[in-house]
Amino acid sequence: MRTVFYLLQKEFVQIFRNRAMLPILFAMPVIQLLVLSYAATFEVRDTPMSVIDQDRSLTSRQLVDRLVASGYFTLVDQPATPEQADAALRRGEVKLIVHVPPRFERDLLETGAAPVRLVLDALDGATAGVVQAYATQVLARVSRDVQARTATAAARPAPRIEVRPAFWYNPDLNYETYMVPGILVVLVTMIATFLSAMNVVREKEIGTIEQLNVTPIRKGPFLIGKLLPFWLIALVELGVGLAIARWYFHVPMLGNLALVFGLAGLYLLAMLGLGLWISTMADTQQQAMFIAWFVLVIFILMSGLFTPIESMPAWAQRLTLLNPMAHFITIMRRVLLKGAGLDAVRVQTAALLLFGTVLLTLAVRQYRKVTA
Amino acid sequence: MHAFLGFVRKEFRHILRDRRTLLILFGMPVAQLVLFGFVIRNEVNDVTLLIADPSQDAMTQALTHRLLASRYVDGVAYQTHLDGIEAAFRQGLAREALLFEPGFAERLQREGLARVQVIADATDPNVANTILAYTTAIIQSYEQDLAATTAVSPGIVPNVRMRFNPELRSVYLFVPGLIALVLMLVCALMTSITITREKEVGTMEVLLVSPLRPVPIIVGKVVPYVVLSFIIVLVILGLARTVFGVPIRGSVGLLLAECLLFILCALALGILISTRTSSQQVATMIALAGLLMPTVLLSGFIFPISSMPAPLQALSHLIPARWFLAILRGIMIKGLGLADLWTETLALAGMTGLFLIASIRSFHDRL
Amino acid sequence: MPVIEAHGLTRRFGDFTAVDALTFSVEAGEIFGFLGANGAGKTTAIRMLTGLLRPTSGEARVVGFDVYTQAEAIKRHIGYMSQRFSLYEDLTIRENIRFYGGIYGLPRRAIRARTQALLERLALTEAADTQIRALPLGWKQKLAFSVALLHEPRLVFLDEPTGGVDPITRRQFWDLIYEAAARGVTVFVTTHYMDEAEYCDRVSIMVDGRIAALDTPHSLKQRYQVGSMDDVFLKLARPAASP
Repeated sequence: MRTVFYLLQKEFVQIFRNRAMLPILFAMPVIQLLVLSYAATFEVRDTPMSVIDQDRSLTSRQLVDRLVASGYFTLVDQPATPEQADAALRRGEVKLIVHVPPRFERDLLETGAAPVRLVLDALDGATAGVVQAYATQVLARVSRDVQARTATAAARPAPRIEVRPAFWYNPDLNYETYMVPGILVVLVTMIATFLSAMNVVREKEIGTIEQLNVTPIRKGPFLIGKLLPFWLIALVELGVGLAIARWYFHVPMLGNLALVFGLAGLYLLAMLGLGLWISTMADTQQQAMFIAWFVLVIFILMSGLFTPIESMPAWAQRLTLLNPMAHFITIMRRVLLKGAGLDAVRVQTAALLLFGTVLLTLAVRQYRKVTA
Repeated sequence: MHAFLGFVRKEFRHILRDRRTLLILFGMPVAQLVLFGFVIRNEVNDVTLLIADPSQDAMTQALTHRLLASRYVDGVAYQTHLDGIEAAFRQGLAREALLFEPGFAERLQREGLARVQVIADATDPNVANTILAYTTAIIQSYEQDLAATTAVSPGIVPNVRMRFNPELRSVYLFVPGLIALVLMLVCALMTSITITREKEVGTMEVLLVSPLRPVPIIVGKVVPYVVLSFIIVLVILGLARTVFGVPIRGSVGLLLAECLLFILCALALGILISTRTSSQQVATMIALAGLLMPTVLLSGFIFPISSMPAPLQALSHLIPARWFLAILRGIMIKGLGLADLWTETLALAGMTGLFLIASIRSFHDRL
Repeated sequence: MPVIEAHGLTRRFGDFTAVDALTFSVEAGEIFGFLGANGAGKTTAIRMLTGLLRPTSGEARVVGFDVYTQAEAIKRHIGYMSQRFSLYEDLTIRENIRFYGGIYGLPRRAIRARTQALLERLALTEAADTQIRALPLGWKQKLAFSVALLHEPRLVFLDEPTGGVDPITRRQFWDLIYEAAARGVTVFVTTHYMDEAEYCDRVSIMVDGRIAALDTPHSLKQRYQVGSMDDVFLKLARPAASP
């Protein structure tokens, strides 16, 4: 075990002596957490809208006012013709065109039904869907008001079902609360995986690995010495990130933090095992970096970080079971935001345990002191 | 010139010999295309719904059936206790709960008003909002059907037209982003790493004392990556078109020219990084954190720029990929020409010019 | 008992035979020169003898251990200095010594004492806390050699230890080798400087993966009736190189 001590000493000296690397290790993740957490939102608000009002009636004006008052839309233009409106839509200046045809009010009052044309920039389909839902809701409210005004006293009011929403765990629907823990996982994972993936192969490239391989050092202590520094650094970064999440982003931390760190330790073992495995396999740092990037991008996209796993097709949902990052993001969200205990994340924990064992075993087996 | 061509040939051989990296360079965009085409979806479905229904009358059951029949609900479970709902939410077994008030149908018929509480797991606010919107829509349509018997007219009828992407497919949005990402990766990241590698191993000095001038050396090093990235762009476009049916409505020539502009920009950034770092590790981390993450997150690739807070929207103007994405989406999906895209093109060209000047100056100072 | 005993040691890479049926032995305390043109198979042979590379066939025992089954035991008793420079550039002299001492399992006190002795012998006490990257190549090589001997191995392999340094530094380096040999360390050294071959007790000359000649420098010069090892080498190597 004493060899491990000397290896650790060497790795730490090398890490902390690298002046160019230190800010990247410690400042960059913090800045990214601060900036990217605000960027990562699907929230729709202030959608730029143009209105062609060919009716110019009380009701049509009321309709536009209601749209603006809802807070979802900003009126940026009132073009004269649909062609002009469409040109602005193509240029991306507006995302929604509301076209009120002539005789709108009269149709509504006389026949009880009148069309309004909504043209949406559907390039971003998800956003377009939300914009449409918001606009339709406003239209429904306006028509209900109109009906209420015109209803004869004799008519019985339509039966109404009142929907009372309650948003649990995140009553203000604060997006950062949701994204910060996930983004933190990605940042910590990137640091851990890239550093470990480039480490052994770096010694290969500069030639020192040969020198180590002719020493009697055993594989176990060697890999522990390579792994432990990054494990500790990643855990420290997780701690710093959680502090920022708690006191800057005001993310509620309902669950047990010891549990979070315990499972983070387990998760990092799996990811470091992956990094070391890549590193022992690769011939150059460039190659190692590329393999690591490739794997991480797929892990991130399939982790449920940006889009819910439940939205994926069934086969892809099953594939996410093989993704340690997906499990750990789930753990972070459940434990931190919902106050879940170990019991609620036992499946994920078991999976991480399995990945850790498999990946570390692969790394140890892949690393050979003797070339066959 | 002869020496230069020989040099380029050598660089090509280096790249082609590294099968693993090559495999990843081509495999990655394809894998991502498949993920974005088939896997990554923004819409919400497969939600398990918990229901508390004390009265179990005809109306609550009719509503339950409507919800079950809708696209987003996957299954229904009955759960009357809040504790049970809490436990199910925590374990991720359900995302929504519907609590009908006691005597629901009776109240609706007698008082004309009945209440239902919708509890959503709002850890993901986006999903919570969407779920609530879907549920409300279903309840409203049920309400209207009830009203139909009392003959109330439909009111304002929205006539919706989804421009450019009527089926709301997410590949349309993601293919241009993917191209930007891959170009950044190959042109900026790979070149910065190969050049720092030569510095680290010491072969850069050998090259610099050779009769080749520094600028041809760098050009020679980046030419293969330009060719490679161009081929990858063509592969992505081909796949997007044939497999995923993503259109190219505008001019293909303009599209490729803009790609070339962005490639230049990425190369300039890659060279800039490599002249200012001395180890591959540092170059990699800077390129990843400084170029790739912003390209993914601040360009509008995944998250709409209009949703970001104002300071970040301002910051996004400094991200070349932001302009490139607007251009690509304009040309491919909206069929725009240079007349509509000249501001974006100018912004991108201006940035490219600045980065090129900076990298050439830094190159002369540092190497 | 010989320190190295090889019998029919062979290594193939695909169709290419890098080392072809090496048979030789090295006695304790010898300075054994291992000569050959680039690509003659010297490094491959060293890699097999140090337990870095598994032989395709043949047998070899190094410091009494079998290269197939006891590679790790061999490693405890040998030192190795590769042609690629092997100290950590971003660590200081003292840190490099401490690290390699620790890897070989030397007790803390022994590491400290030997570090002190080593620094004094090389007159590097002043520079002990300088990072390796700041040292001239000659110093680095002397240091690497001394570090390879830190755990007092019985046998040390030197793979082209003096590449790229001036004649004076090379001479100083050989003084270190003689000192080690005088302490009873067996030295196995590859080189392509023929003047260095003259310093060896015995030399073998490899041509195309085979040992073409093996004897003392004196006998070799007599056998081929030439005045220098350079000429011996040219006589042996030329027939292979010309077609």
